[in-house]
Amino acid sequence: MRVALFLTCVNDTLYPDTGRAVVQLLTRLGVEVDFPMAQTCCGQAHYNTGYRHEAEPLARRFSEVFAEYETVVTPSGSCGAMVRELYPRMGERARAEGRGGALAATLAPVVPKTYELTEFLVDVLGVTDVGAYYPHTVTYHPTCHGLRSLGLGDRPRRLLEAVKGLELVELPGAEECCGFGGTFAVKNPDVSAAMGADKVRNAESTGAEVLCAADNSCLMHIGGTMTRLRTGMRPVHIAEILAGTEEAVTV
Amino acid sequence: MSGTHLGMPSFPEAARDAVHDPTLRGNLRHATHTIRDKRARAVAELDDWARLREAGKRIKDHTLRYLDRYLVRVEEAVTAAGGTVHWAADAEEANRIVADLVKATGESEVVKVKSMATQETGLNEALEAEGIRAYETDLAELIVQLGGDRPSHILVPAIHRNRGEIRDIFRSEMGEWGRPAPEGLTDTPAELAEAARLHLREKFLRARVGISGANFMVAETGTLVVVESEGNGRMCLTLPETLISVVGIEKIVPTWRDLEVFLQTLPRSSTAERMNPYTSMWTGTTDGDGPRTFHLVLLDNGRTDTLADEVGRQALRCIRCSACLNVCPVYERAGGHAYGSVYPGPIGAILSPQLRGTGSEIDASLPYASSLCGACYEVCPVAIDIPEVLVHLRERVVQGGPAVRQGNRVVLKPARGHAAERAAMRAARWAFTHPGALRAGQRLTSRTRRLHPRTLPGPGRAWSGSRDLPEVPAEPFRDWWQRTRDGKDGAK
Amino acid sequence: MSSRERVLGRVRRALADVPADGAPVLRDYLREHGRRGADETVELLAGNLADYRAIVHRCTDAQLPEVLMRLLAAHGSQSVVVPPELPPHWLKAVDATRVHDRAASTPQDLDRVDSVVTGCAVAVAETGTIVLDGSPDQGRRRITLVPDHHVCVVRVPDQVVSSVPQALERLDPVRPLTWISGPSATSDIELDRVEGVHGPRTLEVVLVEG
Repeated sequence: MRVALFLTCVNDTLYPDTGRAVVQLLTRLGVEVDFPMAQTCCGQAHYNTGYRHEAEPLARRFSEVFAEYETVVTPSGSCGAMVRELYPRMGERARAEGRGGALAATLAPVVPKTYELTEFLVDVLGVTDVGAYYPHTVTYHPTCHGLRSLGLGDRPRRLLEAVKGLELVELPGAEECCGFGGTFAVKNPDVSAAMGADKVRNAESTGAEVLCAADNSCLMHIGGTMTRLRTGMRPVHIAEILAGTEEAVTV
Repeated sequence: MSGTHLGMPSFPEAARDAVHDPTLRGNLRHATHTIRDKRARAVAELDDWARLREAGKRIKDHTLRYLDRYLVRVEEAVTAAGGTVHWAADAEEANRIVADLVKATGESEVVKVKSMATQETGLNEALEAEGIRAYETDLAELIVQLGGDRPSHILVPAIHRNRGEIRDIFRSEMGEWGRPAPEGLTDTPAELAEAARLHLREKFLRARVGISGANFMVAETGTLVVVESEGNGRMCLTLPETLISVVGIEKIVPTWRDLEVFLQTLPRSSTAERMNPYTSMWTGTTDGDGPRTFHLVLLDNGRTDTLADEVGRQALRCIRCSACLNVCPVYERAGGHAYGSVYPGPIGAILSPQLRGTGSEIDASLPYASSLCGACYEVCPVAIDIPEVLVHLRERVVQGGPAVRQGNRVVLKPARGHAAERAAMRAARWAFTHPGALRAGQRLTSRTRRLHPRTLPGPGRAWSGSRDLPEVPAEPFRDWWQRTRDGKDGAK
Repeated sequence: MSSRERVLGRVRRALADVPADGAPVLRDYLREHGRRGADETVELLAGNLADYRAIVHRCTDAQLPEVLMRLLAAHGSQSVVVPPELPPHWLKAVDATRVHDRAASTPQDLDRVDSVVTGCAVAVAETGTIVLDGSPDQGRRRITLVPDHHVCVVRVPDQVVSSVPQALERLDPVRPLTWISGPSATSDIELDRVEGVHGPRTLEVVLVEG
């Protein structure tokens, strides 16, 4: 099986380790991974800040870049939700603005074939035990768009529970937003920081070494709050946990 | 809408004080978490919840689609049942109508059931200016009124006050308004409720004019419905000789049967009860039972402008349960006052900028008062996709465009203060459609990584005031990919 | 232009481009939650009434006069409001002064009465609700509001339905209706429920068989 990796602009620039982990993990599971070099950004930040028209060229570009692939995998709940939930809406809005169905038609093909990583593993590959080893205590934060827009449900948990050596501990208030919210983090810095601090305190109360999530933008906010509050906890993307094996322990 | 909120600072500014007020944070946290878990249990009891929610949404959408027809029908039915119907295009007109009706009775005081519509119009202040004293009788409204305060929640306007603060307000203020608080009043909720009972009783028993809103009006029968807990609603709706109900035009449901959906979803969503203690339903006037005169004031005040917006009109489905406030992490930390409106929380963030427009600083900032986490949409019993409307209103703020204000089509200019952001968004769009430029930027960032601080000066403090910046990696992923795959996929 | 025309005109302009909504609302939600026999429905009603702090009693029709006498005595009631057509035998054992609600009675008059005894129109098991519709065995709304002690007699199983949809089917919207679920309560202090505000602080429900 061959898939295209849509890494996302944030991961590409700031979290290449997550990208390497996805490649390593999928390759180990017998999946051939391509990284189309022309990929850039899904347009989520533009769209969610109110710049839908600026997001349209990015969405069109996304559709063109990934047109030839049968399956697109992304290690980001929010970028996955952008494609799956909001691309169809962008098409509808363009139609409502009297611009015809061209945008909707361009975007439609990528919508059903784009999968968030844990969804791809559980639903498409049908695995929950990916043969990973991770000897740490981990607490899991379900990020909002993965949880509510994509409906990832217990998929990430099932994957983590099958990891050898990993002790999963319950995060109090797990389903509460961490306060990142894209440009919300800078437009409403006080509320965002208060939400982040509460999330980190809840995480700390579990005694876990690692807070795991399936979205690095949320982890950037949570991790930045963790170091500022000097908690000693680490944020780790779920791909990096699932990529680890006994032979090559990922730290 | 009410003048009390004009000139409010933007949401982030107003929220800053609340976030750093430990008492307020504690009060809100305690109250919202208490009700959140209870709501979840009350909803879980009904295994057809999703179907009730969908039916509620559909009933409301259908009503809005034929609102003109249903308004005429409700007018006919109420009139036939002995009521008088008035129409108010805006807050001022509604207040004028009510003041004139009260004056015509010769009374100079009225008792009020908690009503969002009359808070929205600022009725109490308008009546005060006419020499008419309006007594709020809902416990939380009483706390707000006695404390000279503003409401901060739809269901529990005094949610920002804890029991100790409420006791202090009762002790110091009740005497100014009527019967003073009992000697030695403590802060136990039961004693506080008893103090309110004693204080208000004389007012109920002598009241000649009652003012209410309504949760629902049934078009086919002309029946109005008020859902409440304390019995103050029943007092105001049945003891006075004259009843005036001010109701938003979107509160209609077409048929009697439609109530079977909302009487199941509303109590469980709002107070997390299977059923609230008291629901009153009345159709016009009844000989020998209740008010002899009934006036219904149908209020527009920006609702038709909201109705004209294809995306935004879903906000008119709202049944004011406040589940979205209780579950909202932003509301929990910012408190209701920061929203600068009688409608706080997620629903307020989409309702106020539609009812009032996005012209003021506070209204232009409300669509951004959300992390778009979607918890509000999940709990909404009429499935209002609040995040969708928030993003839509953000567009209106930064792009402007066509809208309807006071019934007139206008083209809004983009709000001020977004020029730098707009330029940044354009630049980012350009870079993302020119991968060569993007890549050059990524490489420059990586090569200068040792120079990047973990905190930023100036506007960057919005991020780094509370969070460290991530470390920049030695190379972006795409460079690693190309280096290790040796251009296998590098052709594109 | 009148405000009526102005508002209706705005509504019509707002909806001018909106497609027709011809599809009926799908009512695929449940008519009642769970399947129960008549006895189980009465049990559920009793349980849910008690859950919201109504005091529930059960008896036969023959025992009713004695039960009502006992309840009023236990409450220390000196006076009781009687709806115009309460079945006469209900109160035959009661000592308290019977007060008849007259058109001229003021709220203050009612405020001096200790208790009220009524029948009801229907009771809803799933929500623990009794509904009054102003019939002659219930009287006008104020008599069940101002006195601090309300005793409501429900004939079971005839007057009991399972659910809110079934209750609405039985009710006439033209009548003034009051749905009562427990004594008056408030959640206004810290969103925590406490009983006892303006309505009757004691609600006793007598479920009468036969």
